[in-house]
Amino acid sequence: MELTRFVKLFADQFNETPADQFYPALEYKVIPEWSSLTSLSIIAMVDDEFDMQLNGDDIEKSNTLEDIFNLIKVRMSGE
Amino acid sequence: MANNPFSLSNKTILVAGASSGIGRATALECAKLGARLVITGRNKNNLNDTYDSLEGGPHEQFIVDFQNISEINELVKALPLLDGCIYGAGFTKLLLTQFINKDDIDQIFQVNTVAPMLLTQRLVKEKKLNNPASIVFISSVAGVYNVSPGNAMYSASKGALNAFMKNAALDLAPKGIRCNSVNPGMVDTRFLKDGTVSETQLIEYKKRYPLQRFGQPEEVAYGVIYLLSDASAWITGTALLIDGGLTLR
Repeated sequence: MELTRFVKLFADQFNETPADQFYPALEYKVIPEWSSLTSLSIIAMVDDEFDMQLNGDDIEKSNTLEDIFNLIKVRMSGE
Repeated sequence: MANNPFSLSNKTILVAGASSGIGRATALECAKLGARLVITGRNKNNLNDTYDSLEGGPHEQFIVDFQNISEINELVKALPLLDGCIYGAGFTKLLLTQFINKDDIDQIFQVNTVAPMLLTQRLVKEKKLNNPASIVFISSVAGVYNVSPGNAMYSASKGALNAFMKNAALDLAPKGIRCNSVNPGMVDTRFLKDGTVSETQLIEYKKRYPLQRFGQPEEVAYGVIYLLSDASAWITGTALLIDGGLTLR
């Protein structure tokens, strides 16, 4: 999985924030549009794209897009 | 107590989905009030745990997966004559509308909606319900009184269940069969503990409840018991809201 592709998938879950404002080190919880809805959306996107179940705490404990990307990578390699 | 209209003594009651949560609590509370129980569940160990905790008796247990229609048919054939039935099996998956899919829709509707519809049909057709008898569906505030993010499939399944409940109440009234539902808000069960929603979000959710907490399974069971008992003999087609005041806001 490419980090750039993940950033794009992540950005796709937002409706108002332009895609070019997303980058790996972005602390996504500071985005004004971030909410419990976008959190659910990220969980569902990861399930769809990577067949992996993240939970609310995974999202909460991560700060940047790259944190989530790395979490997915670690879990994928663990299988 | 002599002539207690809330008593369930001498009543035989089926609790479908009694392994955990509201179904389990209802089975335990019904037994305390003197009912003879027939309980079902998917998991043998979990169901047996409920069975071993039931007071009084004799009770019976059957392993049934409500995703499988032939298992519903077999269960009904094996049942004794019933005075009451509770359908408590339930399933959810939190997905925003843009992510819902046919597999999840099928599974949620089969367990939450189709199975209780078919169970009701089989119970009536096989003449397993006394006159009078009471059927109580465990529904939800979701889809009936309110909606919340990611709850599209679950809400739709429960909304449909409530529509069915009212129709069945009308159709079955001449047979002395009452049909009602309880519609709980968030109850402290495994639904809350699957992790999709974080602890922090749960604390936020709790603040939406005027009574400032989620419900306990027993607090829903008491509503079910009322609808099963002779105390509610003139009530049919009702959705009993048990929500800590959630829908007041």
